[in-house]
Amino acid sequence: MAVDLVSSADLEALPHRVARTRSWAWIGRSRWVTAGLVLFAVFVFLAIFGSVLAPYDPSAIGTRMLAPPSAAHLLGTTQTGQDVLSQLLVGAGPTLEIGFLAGVVATALSIIVGVSAGYFIGSGGEVLSLLANVFLVIPGLPLLIVLTSYVPRASNWEIALVLAVVGWAWGARVLRAQTLALRQQDFVQAAEAAGESSLRIIFFEILPNEIAIVATSFVYTVVGAISFYVALAFLGIGNINTWNWGTMLYYAESNQAITSGAWWWYGPPGVAVALILLALVMLNFGIDEFINPRLRAAGISRRELRAASRHQGITPVAANRRNAAPLAAGRDTANATRRTR
Amino acid sequence: MSAGPGNPANAPVLEIRGLCVDYGRGATATRAVIDADLTLHRGEVLGLAGESGSGKSTLAYGATRLLRQPGIITGGRVLFRPSAESPDFAIDILDASPQTLRGLRWRDVAIVFQSAMNSLNPVLSVQAQLTDTVAAHLPQSTKSERREHAAGLLKLVGISEDRLRSFPHELSGGMKQRVMIALALALDPQVVIMDEPTTALDVVTQRQIVEQVIRLREELGFSVLFITHDLSLLIEMADVIAIMYAGRIVESAPAQRLFRAPRHPYTAALLDSFPSLHGKPKMLAGIPGSPPDMRNLPPGCPFAPRCRYALPRCVEQYPAITSPAIASAARRLVACWLHEERELPAGLAVPEPDDETGTPVPVVPGSSGGAR
Repeated sequence: MAVDLVSSADLEALPHRVARTRSWAWIGRSRWVTAGLVLFAVFVFLAIFGSVLAPYDPSAIGTRMLAPPSAAHLLGTTQTGQDVLSQLLVGAGPTLEIGFLAGVVATALSIIVGVSAGYFIGSGGEVLSLLANVFLVIPGLPLLIVLTSYVPRASNWEIALVLAVVGWAWGARVLRAQTLALRQQDFVQAAEAAGESSLRIIFFEILPNEIAIVATSFVYTVVGAISFYVALAFLGIGNINTWNWGTMLYYAESNQAITSGAWWWYGPPGVAVALILLALVMLNFGIDEFINPRLRAAGISRRELRAASRHQGITPVAANRRNAAPLAAGRDTANATRRTR
Repeated sequence: MSAGPGNPANAPVLEIRGLCVDYGRGATATRAVIDADLTLHRGEVLGLAGESGSGKSTLAYGATRLLRQPGIITGGRVLFRPSAESPDFAIDILDASPQTLRGLRWRDVAIVFQSAMNSLNPVLSVQAQLTDTVAAHLPQSTKSERREHAAGLLKLVGISEDRLRSFPHELSGGMKQRVMIALALALDPQVVIMDEPTTALDVVTQRQIVEQVIRLREELGFSVLFITHDLSLLIEMADVIAIMYAGRIVESAPAQRLFRAPRHPYTAALLDSFPSLHGKPKMLAGIPGSPPDMRNLPPGCPFAPRCRYALPRCVEQYPAITSPAIASAARRLVACWLHEERELPAGLAVPEPDDETGTPVPVVPGSSGGAR
């Protein structure tokens, strides 16, 4: 009798409500991430439209020298009467552009070297791993100074390349470790046994599981690249004829802006560098929150998780817990038992 | 079945009343257990069955406050009555302080976890893991006492004493499971919660372990809350069975009554979906569709879309769990609107079996009483 109770039509008629699971609502939950995103968007806007928005030619020499902020010059002028605001706006573009270019190149390098070093076991992998270790040991800034001195009139591309060469090794090291762990997993072994090509395994089985690491290491590489680029320009190495926040600081320092108290000259580029780095770090918190399922599923922020883990092993009880309905007869087995006896 | 609920001397030891457990807070919160009522009597085996995701484990872990983030208990009471002599004294586990909970756990309420096979520390010997527990909870015991105790525990679960020095990888799956059970019994608890303890084992080992649990229950007199999705296993070993669906307990009844005369369409459908050893071969029905999305529960009975008897009111309102009219004399509860109708479908109107303990009668599960 139970045979034809269910026809396929019945099955089709059943409501199949599959809700979209991944909403973007988590972004708004964390104030850190929201602040980071807003700040980052402002900087990207400035980088793209900075030279259009700049009220003056940043290199134009004016008559009012070392003037504090005023209506005509919102952020004052330099010793040669150049407008600080214009320099800041025009300088945003190259600073961010080089940072991101270097980040992209370094991340690509670290994926190629790191994943290969982890996946291809044997002398090849060992050599790649050794390469990454050598680059890790070389101190970054001196190497940068040496490399940049070979290309004194370097284009943005060349500087980005140099920065990437210095900055890829750390990401490669982390990716290699993760790849070593992943390649022992059953699904990778199964793919190997099924005869999938190495490239397919790397790109379809391993790399998707490392996206989170790639994303965070990309953001941190950009952070590093921007700081190194600004540092280089501040030291006067590289092309000091282009405007960026580092060359602004270089000119300010070499013209005794600090001793003459011209805070409007060295202050804005310093604050701008600090803010863009802060925005990127906050974005990285956001990536962590997005990829960490325990944070995402919980609908809680890192801080709440930390507070909760202090009481680990004890499930919290809501303060406004509903009390159970009074034990009505027949509602529970115990009472029902007694009634029947 | 001397230790079963039929014995009036057996007072409740763990009472769960209207328990609600959420995952997450605020707008994204998902209620995983809704108004669950359960009573575990002394010396009783209470089986909790339901399909994956129905909230069985959440209910048990919520009641013992072992749920991790983002679990949060949003309603109800969990009363633990530590003493058989004074049954009116109860501790509400949900109000208990961390210190009280620490004292309660393992000593009074112990758990055999779902992944028991992986719960043993691979770098510690069995003896170390058993004695550590005792040392932590009974610090005044001496080393030789603890060793003796560990040996006794192993013997209790049928493992010879010379295995004390073994490491987990030297034990078979069934032995690991037994060690886990020994570990749970280390402090002579009153309630043992077993969360699918036999899932990863083959049926022969499964049977041995279940028999062991039943025997130990009779020897030591603890109560068991046995969680599984294997209903046929429960029918054999449990005194009372509660069936969960979509976070709610939809039916609870003494095991044989639930088996012979299911009152909820879901229970009946579950019983229809496994084969019987006796009787004529028959087509297994299965249950069409899939369980509802707990984040988006319909207002009425969550089983209604899959229920072959669904009424218009089923999709509008959830029925309270009460004693069904058809068997008011029996100790059973069911949450289904059908029982307020005049005409019950034949499959749900099987007369209550008289002999509760049940000799193995060739019964085709779920075949309606009208047909026999």
